[in-house]
Amino acid sequence: MSDAHDHHDGPDHHNAPLSEPAQRVKALEQLLIEKGLVSPQALDELIDTYERHIGPRNGARVVARVWTDPAYRKRLLASAAHAIEELGFPPGPQGEHMMALENTPRVHHLVVCTLCSCYPWSVLGLPPVWYKSTAYRASAVNDPRGLLKGFGLDVGDKEVRVWDSSSEMRYFVIPERPAGTEHLTEDELADLVTRDSMIGTGLPKSPAGNARGAGKSR
Amino acid sequence: MNGVHDLGGMHGFGPVAPEQNEPVFHSDWEKRVFAMTLTAMGRRVCNVDEFRRTIEQMPPAAYLAASYYEKWLHAVEALLVEKGVATREEIAAGHAAAPGTARTTAALGNGGGVESFDSSAVKLRSDKRYRPRFKVGDRVVARNFNPEHHTRLPRYARGRRGVVRYDHGVFVFPDTHAHGKGARPQHVYTVEFEAKELWGADRNERAPVFLDCWDDYLERARTAAGKPATKAHAAKPAMRSRSRSRAAAGKGRKR
Repeated sequence: MSDAHDHHDGPDHHNAPLSEPAQRVKALEQLLIEKGLVSPQALDELIDTYERHIGPRNGARVVARVWTDPAYRKRLLASAAHAIEELGFPPGPQGEHMMALENTPRVHHLVVCTLCSCYPWSVLGLPPVWYKSTAYRASAVNDPRGLLKGFGLDVGDKEVRVWDSSSEMRYFVIPERPAGTEHLTEDELADLVTRDSMIGTGLPKSPAGNARGAGKSR
Repeated sequence: MNGVHDLGGMHGFGPVAPEQNEPVFHSDWEKRVFAMTLTAMGRRVCNVDEFRRTIEQMPPAAYLAASYYEKWLHAVEALLVEKGVATREEIAAGHAAAPGTARTTAALGNGGGVESFDSSAVKLRSDKRYRPRFKVGDRVVARNFNPEHHTRLPRYARGRRGVVRYDHGVFVFPDTHAHGKGARPQHVYTVEFEAKELWGADRNERAPVFLDCWDDYLERARTAAGKPATKAHAAKPAMRSRSRSRAAAGKGRKR
C-alpha cells in the first residue's frame, strides 16, 4: 500500500498517505459524527479503557484471589461474572456470561472460538492476533496437544479439554498454582499469572521468574 | 452457513505464530473502528449475531485475506447501509447527505467507558423461564443440517454424539436473531464430544471438545433399538462444583 512512501517520513507520519482501511475509517468516523451516532471523545475514552484498564492483569488478580481465598474460589466457580465484579472489574461487553475453568493435576483446559474470535474481554482484554488467526481456530479443536507443543507446553498425559466458545458464554482458565509459592503475597502471585495461562496455551511463571511453557511475557 | 469462517478441524493454515510484546492495537484506525463498532452496537444499530453474520457473508477469499479489524470495518459499513443508517454514497464520501438524519438518534452520553454501556441494548440472555429439553447428563446428537443462514453449530460437530455437561440458561437464538427473525429464546448447553467421535476412531486420546449448543441444535441420542439412550455417566470430578445449573435451580441472573 504506502510502503514506498513511508521510508521518507521518519518519525513524522502526518504527511504519509493513509492506508486504505485508515482512509475508510477516517471517513466513517466523520460520517458518524455528523449523524450524531458517535463522539470523538467517547471513542477516545473507550479506546483508553481497553488499552490501559482492561487486560490480562485483571484476570491475574482473579486467579491470585482464587489461589489465596477458598471462599472466593467457591463464589467464582458458582457465578464467575459476579465474583469478577467483586474485584472491581465490571462485566462490560464480552464479560457478562462467564465461566471459570479450573485446571487440576488431571485436567488441562484450552479455550478457542473456531467460528469467530470470542474471548473473555473483562478479564483478559482484547485478544491477541494469534488467538484470532485461522491457524489457531482450525487446529485447537482437533490437535490440541500438537498446538500446545507449538507453545512449548507439554501437558503429559493430562486430559485436555477444549472449550469452543460458540455461544455468549465466555471461558477463562484458572491455572494451577505453581509449586514453591506458599510464601508469596496475593500481589506477588498475580505477577506470575500470564495471559496465555488463562487461555490454556501457557502456564504461570515460576517464582524464580522463569516462565514455564514458553509463556514468557505473554 | 457452510462458510470459510467455520474453521474448526481444517488443515493447512500453518503453525500459530504469537507476536512478542504485542500491542493492544496495531494502528490508530484499528482503535477507531473498534470503538465505533462497539458504540454502534450499544446504540442498537445492529446486534452481535447480525454482526457475525455479516462478517461470515464476506467472499471466502476476502475473509481469509482480511485482518480481524478489516472484517469489523467491512461489517460495520455494510450494516449501517443494511439498517438504513447511512447510504453507500455517504460512507464513500465521509459526509452525511442530510446531517442528523440517523435513525438512531439517542443522545450521546458523556462517557464512552464500559460502565456507560446500556447493557440492555446488547442483552442476549433472558431471565424468563423456558422449559429445557435436555438436562445435564443427557446423551444427545448435534443436528446434521446445512443451513444457508447464520448458525453457531460448527460443521465438525454436526451429526456427532455427545453428553450435556452444563445448562447455562436461556439465550436468544443466533440463527434467527442474525436475520431479523426474532429472538426465539432457548436454553444453551455445553455438550462434551469425545475426540474419537469428532475426528475418528484412531483419535483415541483424551482431548474432548466442550461446545455450546442451543436447544434447537440438539436431538436426543437413540440406542440401536431406537429407544432414548440412558443417562450418561456422572459428570467427572473436576466439574462437580458446577454440575448444578443455575437454570435448573430456576434462578435467572438479576441484571
